[in-house]
Amino acid sequence: MHIGIDVGGTNTDAVLMDGTHTLAGVKHSTTPDVTSGIVQAIEDLRSGHHFEGEQIDAVMIGTTHFINALVQAKRLAPTAALRLGLPATKALPPLVDWPEALVEAISARSYLAHGGYEFDGRPISPLDPDELRAHAADMKANGIRSVAISSVFSPVNHDLEVEAGRIIAEELGPDVAISLSHEIGRIGLLERENATIINAALRELASEIVDGLTTAVRRQGIDAQIFLSQNDGTLMDEDYVRLYPVATFASGPTNSMRGAAVTSGLETCAVVDVGGTTADIGLLINGFPRETANVVKVAGIRTNFRMPDVLSLGIGGGSIVDTETGEVGPESVGYRLTTEALVFGGSTLTATDIAVAAGRADVGDPSKVAHLDPDLVSRVLARIAERVAEAVDRMRTSPEPIPVVAVGGGSILLPELLPLFGKVHRPENYAVANAIGASIAQVGGEIDKVYSIEPGRREEALSDVRAEAVDKAIAAGASPRSVAIVDFDEVPIPYLPGNATRIRVKAVGDLDMAV
Amino acid sequence: MSWKITSDLIPDLARGAAVLGTGGGGDPYIGALLATQALREHGDVTVVTLDEVPADAVVLTVAMMGAPTVMVEKLPSLDEVTAPVHALGTYLGSPVTHIACAEIGGVNSTIPIAAAAALGLPLLDADGMGRAFPELQMVLPTLSGITASPLAFSDEKGNVGVLQTIDNSWTERIARVACVEMGCSVMISGFPMSGEQAQEALVPGSLAHCIEIGRGIVAAQEAKADPVERTVALLGGRELFAGKVVDVQRGTTTGFSRGRARIEGADATLSLSFQNEHLIAEADGRTLVTTPDLIIVLEHDSGEPITTEALRYGQRVRVISAPSDERWHAPEALAMVGPAYFGYDQPSHRFDGSVEEPLKVAA
Repeated sequence: MHIGIDVGGTNTDAVLMDGTHTLAGVKHSTTPDVTSGIVQAIEDLRSGHHFEGEQIDAVMIGTTHFINALVQAKRLAPTAALRLGLPATKALPPLVDWPEALVEAISARSYLAHGGYEFDGRPISPLDPDELRAHAADMKANGIRSVAISSVFSPVNHDLEVEAGRIIAEELGPDVAISLSHEIGRIGLLERENATIINAALRELASEIVDGLTTAVRRQGIDAQIFLSQNDGTLMDEDYVRLYPVATFASGPTNSMRGAAVTSGLETCAVVDVGGTTADIGLLINGFPRETANVVKVAGIRTNFRMPDVLSLGIGGGSIVDTETGEVGPESVGYRLTTEALVFGGSTLTATDIAVAAGRADVGDPSKVAHLDPDLVSRVLARIAERVAEAVDRMRTSPEPIPVVAVGGGSILLPELLPLFGKVHRPENYAVANAIGASIAQVGGEIDKVYSIEPGRREEALSDVRAEAVDKAIAAGASPRSVAIVDFDEVPIPYLPGNATRIRVKAVGDLDMAV
Repeated sequence: MSWKITSDLIPDLARGAAVLGTGGGGDPYIGALLATQALREHGDVTVVTLDEVPADAVVLTVAMMGAPTVMVEKLPSLDEVTAPVHALGTYLGSPVTHIACAEIGGVNSTIPIAAAAALGLPLLDADGMGRAFPELQMVLPTLSGITASPLAFSDEKGNVGVLQTIDNSWTERIARVACVEMGCSVMISGFPMSGEQAQEALVPGSLAHCIEIGRGIVAAQEAKADPVERTVALLGGRELFAGKVVDVQRGTTTGFSRGRARIEGADATLSLSFQNEHLIAEADGRTLVTTPDLIIVLEHDSGEPITTEALRYGQRVRVISAPSDERWHAPEALAMVGPAYFGYDQPSHRFDGSVEEPLKVAA
């Protein structure tokens, strides 16, 4: 048996699983402190389905703590950003485009040093250990407790980041956390560096949270290993979280999508999560969310770490209906739905009223919407279906047919058959889908690098990269027999000689729970 | 009349430059950020219109040469932006008085702003193309007999070279090799010309036009008007097509990103051929528009320009065409930037669909 817990901003879900079978599921409001929420969730599960601590093989937790800490600019460590690349990159130093408030919140210091590589791996300039030691001394004098190190083209060669990290650690001592950019982001120096600085600022909090979670779980008599969900849906163990808290940022939407897919028995599908104000649409390929190729802004900072690609439409259960045009949203009554909507005795015509008038849902008092023009009702619903279908079509990457899974309270707005896509799947047990999503026990390894491929040696090069990703997944705890390549992407880079190609490979396998 | 470029104008300018970039020119973010930082550090840049440039002015173009992908990783240091201008001033033996943009698309519309700020020199409200093209010699000054060389190039390490070549194609060939050796992202300065030559050879009003286009898109978005319609009006062009991107194929040949995109509309399919920039638009096998006129892909509702690198399946887009500078339609100009030069066996079609005389291209 294993336990999945998803700590969202509003609700905490928890499930007790036996393989893919749900034995018990609970849901309640998220508590301000991590520990008591987890304790309560596990106790509730135990009363739903009794278990002994030693029967639990693993506990998987999804949490929004880290992204919230950044958004609220709270509990962030004093952080230094050190970039290796001089004499290049001087015009745009680290932290160049950051919101002032966040720069202050992390008492940020920015340093430039020699180092870095060209696109083909030639060095720009050698490391200067004395320069690094001088920077370290300044960091020390300014109370820096966490350091982010980035280097030009470190996705091509990361040796200098590692070496600089060693020198800085030597000077600052073991209590200072070091984050290296090649382990966090991809090509695009500023975005990768930003993600690394965010990670560095969260390192102290990560240790606190991991300690808190561990204590809470151990107190329940559970000695099993604890994992946290990453943005891509795979798991990381607690040691990894202490090093890379930033990898949890998008685990909320990811767990929701993966949970929806698992409960509907689909591996590749589009998930439409209709809430009160928005419909969020994402794509699952082989059980994993399709990641955005675009820059993602987090708390006003441009980053390029792996986030699920989610398209939000202003359509939800609380969306206000324009009787003239038949359009809904983006204005919504939001959480006031149960007082403002017609069916609840309010005076605002909402999308929920339309769904009730059409007989799609049985909430509130249907007699209060009996007067609505049936033409308007069918026009509004057809328009919603059309917009959602168009958005799903926009999200998919090819014209291949793809099943659509609808979840969330507002999914009553969607028809049984969606234009272009046909039958809409509506999984049961969705209330705790986030926790089910968290409980899916898979681990992965990913490679994203620029390679120079010699003519005629493409296949050989690609198989090397694939093998490297598989090894990485196994090192992360995947059972070797279960590892498969789930994502592969090859993009030639313009204006570069030597067939420079950016290759991205992701391998994923089942967590070896016997460990 | 002269005016000032201030950092708050950069977002509009960069957006407009992405429109005129016709799909090429790379990620405008870094270029915009560079210009913004340079303006903050060195102060505003004075922009001089072509009609007020002194006849004896010494004008140089400044541009980035290399791979935009490299520039987002190996960021510039700004020293390499000023170094080639200083080197060329020394070589020419007369101080440089004005900077100009070689092209008004993508990063090469903002890098000259950073250069002018760092050098403390005025910038011309003009450029050498009125759009973007992939190769160095593809500028109107080439047609006026102005040579790219002497041309200086420099990297961030401090290496500087000055080229003296027999024609602009040789400048492109030699500079391209040096560029790769130097790390695939160098700054170049060249096409030395007098103020009088600049007046004759450059496209006037480019920077103001960029800002006007960028501002028009934002204003239309805010007024819930149609940004695409606004852009078409500002460019004096026409809307060619609206539809969904259903297929994008790309590959890199000889260093350039070549590809084709298919866009499905209500009752026809548009095919776009691109080579960094969009070069040919065809509907159901019939050519609508070709280079040198502008083919621009905009997001369907927001009107935001989409680069060829960012084109993907499922996007709802509108494709518009617009006239290029009239000088690009001269026979010798078409030989340099017409469809045949890029390997497409067909005559040039203007933005309104009219066909130009087929040309014999020297092998």
